[in-house]
This record gives sequence, C-alpha cells and structure tokens, in this order.
Amino acid sequence: MKTFGGPAVLLDRSDINTDEIIPAKYLTEITKIALKPHLLEDLLLDGKPFDSHSKAMEEASVVITRENFGCGSSREHAVWAFEVNDINVVVASSFARIFRQNMFNCGILAMELSEQDIDTIFSMSGDITLAVDMENERVTVSSNDKGQDDFECSFSLNAYDKSLVSAGGWLAYADANY
Amino acid sequence: MGQSITQKIFKSHLRDTPTPENMVLDLDVVLCHEITTPIAIMDLLEKGMDRVFDPGKIKAVIDHVTPAKDSKTAAQGKIMRDWAKRHNIKDFFDVGENGVCHALFPEKGFIRPGYTVIMGDSHTCTHGAFGAFAAGVGTTDLEVGILKGVCTFRTPVSMKVEIKGSLQTGVSAKDVILAIIKKLTVNGATDRVIEFVGPLVDSMNMAARMTLCNMAVEAGATSGLCLPDRVTAEYLWPFIKDEYTTIDAAVADFTKWHSDSDAEYVEVIEFDVSDLLPQVTHGYKPDHVKDIPEMEGTPVDQIYIGSCTNGRIEDLRESANILKGKKLAAGVRGIVTPATPTIYSQALDEGLIKIFMDSGFCVLNPTCGACLGMSSGVLAENEVCASTTNRNFNGRMGKGGMVHLMSPASAAAAAITGTITDPRKFLV
Ligand code: SF4
Repeated sequence: MKTFGGPAVLLDRSDINTDEIIPAKYLTEITKIALKPHLLEDLLLDGKPFDSHSKAMEEASVVITRENFGCGSSREHAVWAFEVNDINVVVASSFARIFRQNMFNCGILAMELSEQDIDTIFSMSGDITLAVDMENERVTVSSNDKGQDDFECSFSLNAYDKSLVSAGGWLAYADANY
Repeated sequence: MGQSITQKIFKSHLRDTPTPENMVLDLDVVLCHEITTPIAIMDLLEKGMDRVFDPGKIKAVIDHVTPAKDSKTAAQGKIMRDWAKRHNIKDFFDVGENGVCHALFPEKGFIRPGYTVIMGDSHTCTHGAFGAFAAGVGTTDLEVGILKGVCTFRTPVSMKVEIKGSLQTGVSAKDVILAIIKKLTVNGATDRVIEFVGPLVDSMNMAARMTLCNMAVEAGATSGLCLPDRVTAEYLWPFIKDEYTTIDAAVADFTKWHSDSDAEYVEVIEFDVSDLLPQVTHGYKPDHVKDIPEMEGTPVDQIYIGSCTNGRIEDLRESANILKGKKLAAGVRGIVTPATPTIYSQALDEGLIKIFMDSGFCVLNPTCGACLGMSSGVLAENEVCASTTNRNFNGRMGKGGMVHLMSPASAAAAAITGTITDPRKFLV
C-alpha cells in the first residue's frame, strides 16, 4: 500500500467548495496535469485571496481544513487538482459526500478527524508534518518548532473505502468484482 | 419497521453489499454531459475499457457550453459525439436538440418512479422529483456506471421535510427551497436523502418539484425526492401509456414506491410556508439567505433567468408576467435562457419571448451558460447578478462577481428596477 502524509498546509475555513478548489473555467481541460497551476486559485481565507503558489503549497502533501470540505459540484477535477499537486491526504472534520467518494475512488485519503482534534492541530505552532499509520489508523502531527509537542490521534476508515484505496481505486475494484 | 422510498429503491436494485455500510446498486439510467464525461471516455480509452454496459440506458447531452465557444469546448463536444456514435447511444442530444440536462432528460420521459439514476453532475438530485433515486457522482463513479451499470452508495439515511401552508402570491418553489437550505445549512443534509412531503408538495406541479429537489445538494444531501403520484403520472403519461391501461392504474402502481407510514427518519422537519416572503441569497454560500425586503435596493448589473433550477416554461411565465410591458432598468443587462428547445418553442408560441425581447432581454439558446461562469454572460470583477440559478459560490459566474440567487419573479422585478426588489410590488 502506498504511504500517506508529509508537510501540511492549513486552510482555516469551513465549507470550502469545489469552485474554489478548481474554478469551472478549467473544466474544459481533458488532461489532469493541466489543472496543476490552478488548485485553490479562487479560495478566500478571512475574505482575502489565498496565495496558492506559495512555497508551503508547493512542498505540501497534506491539506488540513475544517467542516464540509469539497461541497458544491461533483467535478472530480477538484480531487485531481490535489492529486497532480502531490497532495495525498486531505484532513477535515467532515466532507461533502461526492468529494469524499471521489477521493477514495482515486485512491487518495479523505481523513475525518473530530473538531476537537482539528482545533488542536490548528493551535500548534510552527510548520506541521503529518505521519499516517494506515494499518493502525493512527496519525502523528509534528512541528518544526522545538517547543511544540507532537500530537497523536486515531482516525477510522470504512472497510470499503480502505479496500478501494488498496485496490487502486473504484474502477479497478469494479472491473474485478462486477 | 417499515421502509422509506429510498430503502425500497435500494432493495430492488441491490447488486452487492461489500460492507454493511455500503450498497452497490444496479442503475436504470446513466446520464452524461460534455463537462465530466469526455475525461471519463478518454480514461476508459486509455485503459482499454472503451465499452458501455447498455447503450439504451445511457443518455447524453452537450449542454454546458453549446454551441462550442472555443477549441477546447469543441474538442469536448467531439469526444462525446464520436463516443455516442461508436457505441450506438441513440439518446444523444447535440446542437439544435440540446438543452440543460436536468430539464431535457425529464422532458424526454427518461426518468421514472423507482429508478436509480447517476450523472457526473451534482444537481442530478433534480430527478428525484419523479420518485427516483438520483445522485450526482464524480468521474470515476461515472466511468464505472458507463462500463458496468453499477454504483456504490452508503446505506441510505432519510430525513423528511414536511411542507405545509399555502404560498403568498409572488412566492414560489425557489423561495421555499432557499428558506429550507437556510434552515438546514449547507451541510445539514450531508449523507442523507431528503424526502419532500406534505400538502404543499402534493399541490406542486413537476416543474416546482424539480426546483425543490434540484437544490437538495446545496444542503449537502445525496438526493432529494418527492413521492410519485397523479401529478407524476400525468406528466409521464405520453411515455408510459403503453405500460398502463389508465392514469389511475399508473398512480396505483406508483404507490409501491411510497414510504411506509412507520419508515424511519433521522430527522423530521416541519415547514410552514404561509408567512414566507420572497427569498434571496447574500454572500457566497447558498444558506446565506434573507427575506428580500432586507436586501431591497441592492444594485445589480445583470439579470440571468434560466438553468436547471428555473429555466422551465413555468419559470419563464412567472418572469414574463412581471416583465410584460416594462423595460429593463437603464444600464442593466438581461439574459434569458429557456432550458430546452421545447421550452423555447413553447415560450415563442405563448408570446413570452416577445415580452422578454420587448423589455430588452437577450434571449439565448438553451445552455448552462453563465450559471457556471463558462460562457454566455460571465460577470466582470465586482459585478452583481440577480440570478435564478442555484449556486452563489465565490467566482461561480466569473472571478470577483457576486450572484444573488432568487426566484424567476424576483429576478424579473430586479430587471425592472435595477436593484433587488420584492416582486409582490408588481403583482397587486
Ligand atoms: S444549469 Fe447550472 S447547475 Fe444546472 S446543470 Fe447547468 S451548470 Fe449545473
């Protein structure tokens, strides 16, 4: 099974929608890689435009956010935009249904943590890295700030979602089973 | 314990239960449009899986950007066109016959009570108005649907929204659903199916029920649906008259999909619309909803009447009724997009198109157009649109633009004054 985790970017907002993740004007692309420069292009944090081309974004493999992430349209382009930017985990306290399903269908991890755990992560100082132990369903959050203790918590994966991730996505699974 | 309509549909279409929480369903219809399907087709081609499970159960349309606006959208259309031809998909609708998917497919009689329906489009929940389980999916789910005719869903959880009371003049289904979304919030129905029931729903025509179900996803719902009844049967009659001897027989048969009286719901919400005022959104979320009088006077640059939410003939009548004999306010642009060619043609016959044109509106061919900010009415930065569509997300109709969602009557009122206006002023 592939490994999940790495440096994280924090998006302190709820209800981030798929139009903000990838605007509709890029839906005319028929390759995933063309979406790469446009990830989170229209995102507003605190009412201000988010810098989607920062160094932190470039290095990130994890995005941590709050409630109802990925609401709005069904476009799988939103998941692909993360995929081609090498993001392999999105952590949120809840996801919109279609987005969450699209993540697992593509073999990317949509990790749900409690609001409390998310609050703890948002309160940590320094730059944050996430280490995911898929087998034991544990996650360790560490910081480059020496004074900041690591934070550990558990998550749970639906057995079916897990089998999609290990089968390499839903298409491979369905082709083998139906 | 009795069963809900959704449980009945799931049970009758169950192919597999990979885990206790997941159900793989056989699909009756897989709907396709040119934004999310070409990339699925290309992926299947690349994987050597360019097959379809049943060409008769696949329905496809080019609707989001049509006629093509540039080389890229032209290529998307071509991929669809070639694919439909290659696989003998007869129900494929191209320029001249095409219209907004969630208005066109019901009009063709493709959706029936008890059906399972998916599409790579979040507003697929619209088709729940027919008592079908219809859900939006991503491209991978769509690929599997096309290839195998199956889709997985979590075991359904239903909530009931019971709507009663009678609507004041100038208040319509759009106002009702906006008020419901305000109450539920944008994720109040996540992973749930909303059953819209009650005397008001019973009295609604199919167009109003489609408006209601269309926006269920804006509260996070997997789908929204209405129980199939006489209204459903009468709408579908031209398509089902060979299957039933009489409309009564169809109505009686449809009751097999009705939820049992002891079915279980995670939540039941009662909603009385008697005092409901015209509604409008502010901000960038569809649950940011206010009574129109609170927003009265907010200036707008553009009016957009159309979309899968409110581009049906009933909606055009509602707008034209207010616009008749009046002009667009100076400096305001008006755009109307009948959702399908049939609706367009009917609007011509009824003189509605003339009313729109006389008041200064631009009449567009059936398309999604400005609804998703891809063509035909994209906003400039800081411009404001009074729109009958379903999403007011930041950037939805163009980067830096603001969309205020409202009913066709309210959009027409805004057209006349150039500001957000209570449509009841024009209805006394
Ligand atoms: S009209 Fe708008 S919401 Fe409806 S299908 Fe088209 S783009 Fe989507």
